[in-house]
Amino acid sequence: MAGSNKNNITPPRWLLAELTYACPLQCPYCSNPIDYAKYQSELDTEDWKRVLTQARKMGAVQLGFSGGEPLTRKDLPELVKHARGLGYYSNLITSGYGLTEEKIIELKEAGLDHIQVSIQASSQELNDHIAGTESFQHKKEVAHLVKKHGYPMVLCVVIHRENIHQMPQILEMAEELGADYLELANTQYYGWAHANRDLLLPTKEQFEQAEQIAQAFKEKVAGKMKIYYVVPDFHEDRPKACMNGWGTTFLTIAPDGVALPCHSARELPGLDCPNVKDYSIDQIWNESKAFNFFRGYEWMKEPCSSCDEKEKDFGGCRCQAYLLTGDMYAADPVCSKSPNHSVIQEAIDSARASALSDHEKPLIFRNSKNSKKLS
Amino acid sequence: MSINPDQIIKFSPMHRLQWEEVQQKDVILYPEGMVELNQSSAEILKMCDGTRNLTQIVSDLEQQFATTGLVNDITAFLEVALKNGWIQQK
Repeated sequence: MAGSNKNNITPPRWLLAELTYACPLQCPYCSNPIDYAKYQSELDTEDWKRVLTQARKMGAVQLGFSGGEPLTRKDLPELVKHARGLGYYSNLITSGYGLTEEKIIELKEAGLDHIQVSIQASSQELNDHIAGTESFQHKKEVAHLVKKHGYPMVLCVVIHRENIHQMPQILEMAEELGADYLELANTQYYGWAHANRDLLLPTKEQFEQAEQIAQAFKEKVAGKMKIYYVVPDFHEDRPKACMNGWGTTFLTIAPDGVALPCHSARELPGLDCPNVKDYSIDQIWNESKAFNFFRGYEWMKEPCSSCDEKEKDFGGCRCQAYLLTGDMYAADPVCSKSPNHSVIQEAIDSARASALSDHEKPLIFRNSKNSKKLS
Repeated sequence: MSINPDQIIKFSPMHRLQWEEVQQKDVILYPEGMVELNQSSAEILKMCDGTRNLTQIVSDLEQQFATTGLVNDITAFLEVALKNGWIQQK
């Protein structure tokens, strides 16, 4: 494994436990890898407990149980209980599908701190279309039950061209459901969202209008509901400080035990991401090639390496640089200083052309059949 | 948002106040987020246990740290805490 100056390495704070790639929903912007169907194996309960214990010892404190749909794991309450005993703040990131009142109580007793429920749209028709599963009414019931049992509730709505026009109704729905936090997550174009970008990417005018509506709402509900607004970086001229810097804060463990510096890092070539079955979290975080690959500034090329903003955004997102330029060392092309910046405008133009076309191709839904076909 | 000096203050049940050994500091945990606290902020929040109002918190902390004149600093911090939803007055 590659060496690095251990003194400069900060401990992980956030552990994202992707318990499974199994999911009853088929959202066409899913952040799971396109080829997820080929990763069939899942860590067992003891593996996960060991991972949680080791990461907690290093300083991880926020824990996300995610997937896929984490509720498909029968051992979820046992893992939640283990996490609570270790002092994690546990977040369940769920579609709500299959979540019963009994389960909500069981998880609360096990020590779960918070439930984030995703809703795909503000209307049944669009929600069920995007989710690829009839789920709207059940999700709303789940949201009520989450509040009833005293959890803080985050409602998460992924925003894209199919639902961005519903922004006023989405905000109304969040208020009606009593959400403590509303996450308005503009789609980030990785994985399935990358494959469906022409159909999902809104126009700049749509973004600006939706943002304005969300901003006015934020002021209206100040003190009652908090809004997390995930910025649509395709319409910015500086990249996001992805993952707060590579290997500084976030640790993702994929269902098969592969440790990733971000949940999309599987798409990057040659990182040799280590598996928790072979190495401890300490070894993975401090010594592995993958976690040291983009730490610090040594790896950077121009214009990043001499840029006076490099400590602010770390050159942006490595996965986005790779997906859009083919070079994972390049500046994130969202940056207007990037020599490849024109690819962003080309993507926006291509999406607009697709929206105006009479023969728009259909969305590719996230399911095993499509995964096998595309990988 | 201002603090009513006579009303009981309690820490929000939607947040968790916890000592972090690795960081050697107290933190506030909430959905997908964390705030790191300095020692004085942590000491003030620990007093917000649902048994004291602002006046009592000030006098208990002045006694605990054998000092006086904390009222302005404590009030200012608790106003921030109230605005952020870390504490409640009911």
